Amino acid sequence: MSETIKVPTVAEFIAQGKQPEVLFWVGCSGSFDDRSKKITKAFVKLLNKAGVDFAVLGAEESCTGDPAKRAGNEFLFQMQAMMNIEVLNGYEIKRIVTACPHCFNTLKNEYPELGGSYEVIHHTSFLKDLIATGRLTIEGGKFKGKKITYHDPCYLGRANEIYEAPRELIEKLDAALVEMKRSKRNGLCCGAGGAQMFKDAEPGDKEINIERTEEAIDTGADIIAAACPFCNTMMSDGIKGSDQEGKIEVMDLAELIANADDL
Amino acid sequence: MEYLSNLIFAVLLLGMVGFFAMNIRKMIRNIKLGKEVDRSDRKSERWAQMARIALGQSKMVRRPIAGFLHVIVYVGFVIINIEVLEIIIDGLTGQHRIFSPFLGPVYDILIATFEILAFLVLVSVIVFLIRRNVLKIRRFLARELKGWPKDDANYILYFEVVLMGLFLTMNATDLAIQQGVQAGTFTSEAALHYVNAGSFPISSWMTPWYSGLSFDTLHIIERTCWWLHIAGILIFLNYLYWSKHLHIMLAFPNVYLAKLTPKGQFTNMSAVTAEVKLMMDPDADPFAAPEPGTEDEVPASLGANDIFDLNQVQLLNAYTCTECGRCTDECPANITGKLLSPRKIMMDTRDRLEEVGAIINKEGKFIDDGKKLLNDYVSPEELWACTTCNACVEACPIGIDPLSIIMEMRRYLVLENSAAPTELNAMMGNIENNGAPWPYNQMDRLNWAKEN
Repeated sequence: MSETIKVPTVAEFIAQGKQPEVLFWVGCSGSFDDRSKKITKAFVKLLNKAGVDFAVLGAEESCTGDPAKRAGNEFLFQMQAMMNIEVLNGYEIKRIVTACPHCFNTLKNEYPELGGSYEVIHHTSFLKDLIATGRLTIEGGKFKGKKITYHDPCYLGRANEIYEAPRELIEKLDAALVEMKRSKRNGLCCGAGGAQMFKDAEPGDKEINIERTEEAIDTGADIIAAACPFCNTMMSDGIKGSDQEGKIEVMDLAELIANADDL
Repeated sequence: MEYLSNLIFAVLLLGMVGFFAMNIRKMIRNIKLGKEVDRSDRKSERWAQMARIALGQSKMVRRPIAGFLHVIVYVGFVIINIEVLEIIIDGLTGQHRIFSPFLGPVYDILIATFEILAFLVLVSVIVFLIRRNVLKIRRFLARELKGWPKDDANYILYFEVVLMGLFLTMNATDLAIQQGVQAGTFTSEAALHYVNAGSFPISSWMTPWYSGLSFDTLHIIERTCWWLHIAGILIFLNYLYWSKHLHIMLAFPNVYLAKLTPKGQFTNMSAVTAEVKLMMDPDADPFAAPEPGTEDEVPASLGANDIFDLNQVQLLNAYTCTECGRCTDECPANITGKLLSPRKIMMDTRDRLEEVGAIINKEGKFIDDGKKLLNDYVSPEELWACTTCNACVEACPIGIDPLSIIMEMRRYLVLENSAAPTELNAMMGNIENNGAPWPYNQMDRLNWAKEN
């Protein structure tokens, strides 16, 4: 993976008098976390391959405010939201795609009331549409016959009732989708939501991510498919904690599809 | 003297229904202590939701065993109320089985249906008692159910056992009298009062137990059961307000008023929006005098410290909760041994609301008792264990939203008390300073594109 990838910014588009087809909202985790950066790059490769005229905000992007809001700091959330909305509206952005369900939920549901209305799409739905319209094809059965279990992120699943798009992508890989005992609307949280990602858990007798990872391991899956950078971190840590490292991989759906194509 | 029993019945009925209505009025008054919230939108969706979830029990049956048994008790409760209507009319008019001449063979079918339902309810309730007291079902063993809540649940079940038992015994002795009249054994005027009506597929199995008894004895048993049954129903009605059992009525408005927006969409606090807009407005005058007439207004607190800061739907949620514990059973924090239990949040909210209500009953208005919902009932440790995953909201069969209450209290902790956990303060400081929850420069946000 040494080739450079093409990542234009909205500012560059505007300078050329053009408007991007869609804005890729990278998010803090996708920008800074080493594991999540791989997801970001995999998704960008798919966008490039499909010939999507996308752009990112780059240094003009800032936290959506989701973790502040869930932590109860409405003031900080709305400050972030207003600043982001000013940038987005200034560039006349209409469509946003993001690989983070937290950014997705906040941008889609909580920004409109504050003056920022956009068509917001999670990357799993976006990839599904690219495949459905023939802009992206998946070849090579690298995952053929592999057992993949899918962990529903709370902010994609229950919060926004998107259960099928990620599963359809797994089916496109010719892989065997195995469900965990608690899935879809009953899916168990990975333990990172509600700003838990940034703090230690309260005293208890188990970590939530261990509970969830054990359930995933019980399916006998080779791969845990995730659709959220925070879930990815929590499940990866869970795999390490359960001494399953090397046996089970945690991969984002964008990575699965990019890998299937050897991108 | 002839009308004495009718009179006693009328007084009993009016007194009991009146006392219940009085308590419901207090409950409504208590709910109105909360903030107003507009749920007057999307009416057709709300009716459809109520039909599906409350009337149709669609979320109850997601847990098949408890769900199926609950449907039986629910259908039994609703249908047997037709019989209660007849009993009330009989009681007021001194008639016996007043519906039978009008309904003819349909009456037989009705009574048979009531009997079968009564029997199924009896069986279901016994299974419920076993589930609560014998089997080790996690959600019934939680610490918040210790003491009164557990007893309360059992009292309700005992009540139903007794009511169904009385109903079937009443029918069995009624049938014994009817058979005696048909056989010409009982000829007194009082015996002839027992019209030959009804079909008794269940109680006819009990009738032989009473064979050989004199009419007077049968008459006493039948009348005793009749009176105890209707008195029991009226006592049960009044018990509702003191128990967790109000859901049999409140589930309907509660589901109607439940949130329709995506579960992930949290409210944007309008008081904060006003402040933020002011801050971001370059022309705003920070030293401007307040609008005329608003100088003395005490600004509402941000978030919830006590029940007064919650909205009316949240308070209705608290009265509606029947402590089934499905929320707690699905809560990731609770499953992994943390203190948080969404059910306890609802129980605490109701207990505090009732405590405030009791002060108003006594003093005529609320007098500060130095207690608050936050800290005195719900601890910050519980609140900070929540992952906001919405499992509790999804699990509730009747549209209760414990998460919204947790969030309001978190908001109070952070916005009014600056009492977030240290790590979260660090996270928020980062967002404030560099636009990310971690201490990375905003200018470096695109560095990943250049890295290999």
